[in-house]
Amino acid sequence: MNPPADAQDHWSLVFACWLLAVVAALGSLFFSEVMGHAPCVLCWYQRICMYPLVLILPAGLFPLDRNIARYALPLSLSGLLLAVFHLLLAAGYIPESIKPCVQGIPCTEVQVVWLGFVTIPLLSAMSFLLISALLILAHHRSTK
Amino acid sequence: MKQKEPKAKPKDLKAVKRQHKSKRAQLFAFAVVFLLLAFIAGALVYQKQKTNEAAQTYQRDKSTFVREHSPAFGNPAAKVEIVEFFDPACETCKEFYPLVKKMMAANPDRIRLYARYAPFHDGSDYVVKMLEAARRQGKFWETLEAVFAAQSSWAPNHHPQPQQVWNHIGGVGLDLTRLRQEMNAPDIEKIIQQDLADAKMLNVNMTPEFFVNGKPLPSFGYEQLRDLVVATLDGVYK
Repeated sequence: MNPPADAQDHWSLVFACWLLAVVAALGSLFFSEVMGHAPCVLCWYQRICMYPLVLILPAGLFPLDRNIARYALPLSLSGLLLAVFHLLLAAGYIPESIKPCVQGIPCTEVQVVWLGFVTIPLLSAMSFLLISALLILAHHRSTK
Repeated sequence: MKQKEPKAKPKDLKAVKRQHKSKRAQLFAFAVVFLLLAFIAGALVYQKQKTNEAAQTYQRDKSTFVREHSPAFGNPAAKVEIVEFFDPACETCKEFYPLVKKMMAANPDRIRLYARYAPFHDGSDYVVKMLEAARRQGKFWETLEAVFAAQSSWAPNHHPQPQQVWNHIGGVGLDLTRLRQEMNAPDIEKIIQQDLADAKMLNVNMTPEFFVNGKPLPSFGYEQLRDLVVATLDGVYK
């Protein structure tokens, strides 16, 4: 006698999104506040997209709001775009002239590299991508 | 019996739903607490590791902390060494300077201070060049004191106007013509680059940053510095 299976699914998917957002937010705070890596401008723009998710996703979890993708997806997709832009910039595909960075902390400076390829903008892009994908999946399941 | 069944069903369903809701709330609360604790624990572990690492590096090889060119002050045989990364345009560095001197005066011959250049402000490197050229005339600390004393007039609101410094170091007794010639020497530029590289290596990204026998401050503040110095003094002078 469980609630309809799709509601169960929907809740779990959104909960997973929230977990990802919290881990990303705390992770970014760890990089800046604990490890002392000053965030560049693009990092701040991505934070602007990630941090609100930590607060608005729970609002859609209790009680479950089937329309949650409508207000969470714009944030995660904007974050994804910024993260991809940041990745391209750091990789050198985007020329210096259109860098939006103020002098001081260049966005092209790579501060953390794990396993030879995992950088902070890559972590950011992966988080936004996963959150967006899960939100879209949840939305599709609930509208079927 | 058959009449009762439809009544029982919605009740059961409601109970199950309620149970589900409270389980979800529990899961959520657990996740919040767990993630926050993990963050705090991670921060503590990281900080401890960093402190140990710095102390170990210092034991093994002091060169990242103190270079041959680094201006020093105090008894060369002192067992407590304070390394300070500073920026001449940094207000907090100016505030800390007399405090550190006071600590040294309170523990005569037991503390040695090393100055490292960290010109993070635009224009600060010009002043650092002057200081380094003054060091070559044996007047680093006197010049530094004059530069700090006049800081509010040559670097108002964190906007250094390094040319103005010339108006304030006349009383130090420097050969200013020689200073002007020497401050642009390539080896002075090299020294600044070396200090900046060491700052990066030691994760110094703000000034002032202190290391006491290789240990960084647990968090920034005068009390933290004083406590660390006292603890280090107690450790080496029993």
